[in-house]
Amino acid sequence: MSEHASSPEITFAHAPAEGTGRIWKVFWLLSVVTIIELVLGFGLAKHWYGEPETSHTMILFVKGVICILSLAKAFYIVSVFMHLGDEIRNFIMTIVVPLLLFLWFIGAFLWDGNSWKNLRNTNAGSHPAKTEQHHQPAVDKDAKK
Amino acid sequence: MSTTAIPTNTKWWNGGRSPFNASYGKVMMWYFLMSDAFTFGAFLISYGTIRFSVNSWADPNQVFNAFPGFGHQNLPLAFVSLMTFILIFSSVTMVLAVHEGHKMNRKGVEKYMILTILGGLAFLGCQAWEWTHLLTGEHIAMLGDGTLSVVPTTVKMNPWGTHVDHEAIAAALQVTPHEKLAEIAATLQHGATAQGLAAKTSAELISAIQASPDLHVNHTGPIAFGGYFFGITGFHGFHVFSGVVINVVMWAKTRLGHFDERGHYEMIEKAGLYWHFVDLVWVFVFLCFYLI
Repeated sequence: MSEHASSPEITFAHAPAEGTGRIWKVFWLLSVVTIIELVLGFGLAKHWYGEPETSHTMILFVKGVICILSLAKAFYIVSVFMHLGDEIRNFIMTIVVPLLLFLWFIGAFLWDGNSWKNLRNTNAGSHPAKTEQHHQPAVDKDAKK
Repeated sequence: MSTTAIPTNTKWWNGGRSPFNASYGKVMMWYFLMSDAFTFGAFLISYGTIRFSVNSWADPNQVFNAFPGFGHQNLPLAFVSLMTFILIFSSVTMVLAVHEGHKMNRKGVEKYMILTILGGLAFLGCQAWEWTHLLTGEHIAMLGDGTLSVVPTTVKMNPWGTHVDHEAIAAALQVTPHEKLAEIAATLQHGATAQGLAAKTSAELISAIQASPDLHVNHTGPIAFGGYFFGITGFHGFHVFSGVVINVVMWAKTRLGHFDERGHYEMIEKAGLYWHFVDLVWVFVFLCFYLI
């Protein structure tokens, strides 16, 4: 116990507070990034990038940029506002490493959703879309079952 | 990473001390928040899967285009931007409260906690308005049977499907029942009620509807939209609500001098972690429902 008595539970590991300059800097950064996101999101609706048919890749690209900007916002909130950046490295890793599971979750589930859509739009699914009229015989066969 | 020197011979795993040079409460708050991140993540990924599986989804710029006091003006994303800035700002006042806590400045902590609580309440008020607007605001939509009707945004149906062109509208009006025609005409005409317009014949109502410059018809939207929107923003709103309750308790304890007696303001830090997490989740809710 003597060993513990010499170092009681640490309640304030952080250095005494610095100025508030960093907090305000992050506030402005978050605000500016949010405005950029809004402009990009608004642009998606306005089709600023041309006709919907020809700009599918462009829309995906803009959505990707918005996602990356959101991740940047998340990084600044966690590391500065929540002070995770000031904790020791092992602690940061026990929180960040499990969250990497999200990479697999997002990839697998969106892939699944997309596959579901493909099934829906072809006669491989049980409810072919109305646009697939030329597959009518297959639909009739299903309906008779 | 840490500015505190760590003794080289420390036996971290022998019990009796909290790991990682941080207090036990703070470490566990982080692990709780990590588990909560998985809950929100699961909801949002489920939403993404369903959204990927259908051919069209509601256009956020069309759904979220109203602002209190501006009537029917088309202001896409304006109100939700206000909500976002309210939450970012309340995150800043929270981190300033933590900062004052480090300096053991009770008055400063009280001031910033009050501002944070007000920010949280303002956000909840905005969300209440937005939900009411969606649940009660009816728009003209073409139903699955080819007739037109007025439809609000609920968990059962919504008017946010693909656009219906003028010829299809004309054909649909011919098969729409009289009382629905009166309801549709009432939404297009200021000051008119469906009861008042019911006296007119169907032909009169159809020509009045087609003459209106505001006539805009969609198919009914993907059914899952309402459930995901109200479910996920509701779950986030409940987090905001519980965050406000926690912050009120922290403010009261600060005012009663509990943290001065204890010698540190670490509880403010832990409440702050929760509050910032609420802001963090909003970044992703905002991304998934309003931006992309």
